Amino acid sequence: MNDKPEKLIDKKGLRLDGRRFDELRPLKLEVGTLPNADGSAYIEHGKNKILAAVYGPREAHPKHMALQDRTVLKCRYHMAPFSVQERKSPAPSRREVELSKVVRESFEPAVFVEYYPRTMIDVFIEVLQADGGTRCASITAASLALADAGIPMRDLIVACAAGKVDDTIVLDLDDTEDKLGVADVPVAYMPSLNAVTLLQMDGKLSHDEFETAVNLALDGCKTIYAMQKEALKSKYANVEESED
Amino acid sequence: MPAFFENKQIVTPGDLLAEGEYVAGENSYLEGSKIFAQRIGLVEYDNKRVNVVALKSFYVPRTGDVVIGTIVEVGFTGWTVDINAPYPALLRASEVLNRPFKPQQDDLPKLLDVGDLIVAKIDAYDRTHDPQLAVNEPGLGKITRGQIMKVTPTKIPRIIGRKGSMVSMIKQETGCNVILGLNGIVLVTGKTLEDEQLASMAIRKIEDESHTSGLTDRITQMLKNAKGKKEEKKDE
Repeated sequence: MNDKPEKLIDKKGLRLDGRRFDELRPLKLEVGTLPNADGSAYIEHGKNKILAAVYGPREAHPKHMALQDRTVLKCRYHMAPFSVQERKSPAPSRREVELSKVVRESFEPAVFVEYYPRTMIDVFIEVLQADGGTRCASITAASLALADAGIPMRDLIVACAAGKVDDTIVLDLDDTEDKLGVADVPVAYMPSLNAVTLLQMDGKLSHDEFETAVNLALDGCKTIYAMQKEALKSKYANVEESED
Repeated sequence: MPAFFENKQIVTPGDLLAEGEYVAGENSYLEGSKIFAQRIGLVEYDNKRVNVVALKSFYVPRTGDVVIGTIVEVGFTGWTVDINAPYPALLRASEVLNRPFKPQQDDLPKLLDVGDLIVAKIDAYDRTHDPQLAVNEPGLGKITRGQIMKVTPTKIPRIIGRKGSMVSMIKQETGCNVILGLNGIVLVTGKTLEDEQLASMAIRKIEDESHTSGLTDRITQMLKNAKGKKEEKKDE
């Protein structure tokens, strides 16, 4: 596993896992996985396996965190000790604390926070298996869980990354490409409103490359968005059937 | 200024429902001249009004609603009640006593203790204050017997039916008294356990099939059949 492959993209333009430059990893989305939670979702994005659970809006705890004019959104991104090759300490690491904030801020613009003042919405994200791009998959799952909890939202949030591997701009980097590649650009997006809620870049890109990467990521987001809607609807599929 | 869906089609948050001369109703919002959905639900175009009938929602208190709650805390001058809403409700001691509260002589846990269930009306509520409950009307107060069941708050109107046709039918057919808390908690009290079970079964069926038409007739039929079987057993 540890020896570096010479080339991440072969002569035919295929990547290590056989994808073309603009191909997503296989995705599976499920809504309502955890009946105990008010809303929940499960995502399999390539080898990533992530659970998201939403509780609330409910009374704020601790009480002093409550705000008089809006809901407080709380998010915990956590990686299970067994989610990576080397055991990860279960205590929240610096990276997890940062990702919790990043993920929260990326779905916060979609939630009508002013509707339920003095309350709190808890979002729990548990990474069961990680393989690059967990923040994007987490955002996608969390927004489904929020919608499943019946929380009013402006739009579903989708996230997807693009980046530069060897000399090519590619969509949806996996762990090896992320670590050995040149750059990684995660993007979170509200497709109906055409609004970007998260944009990060790790690595070096030229202006043109950056633009290509963002546009590629947005296209990926749109593909995932359609799947997200499908997953949400399928939980209530029996409703539509009985409609006829 | 088109509408983008058909009536009763399923929509998800962010779906563009209509553009132009429309008014955003329930569970939808206006952005510029476009109307989008806020929740997963079934879209409803009512003239120029666009509503989304939510498939999943939670209870938000409204003044005048009858709710069923559980006492979670006994305080110095009243109780805190869980009404299955984002906010805890408050019930003042004087409300239950029907006279001013005297801390020296009145023993609150004796009146209502943690875990007790009450039927109450929301007396006052706004976004800056937690809901206040009232129990000073007939039919309100402590629940002493019966069965409690939880349903999705959005389904309560369906169980009530048009002008209360559905509940009154269940009450009539099963001989049970049914109190529907608008917060999604239902109390069923009947003469026998079987009656109560029959009524709960009917309510569960309504919850599961709330979006089908002709439901009232089918529930009536189901209850009549069940009653018929019971009569047969008696005869034997």
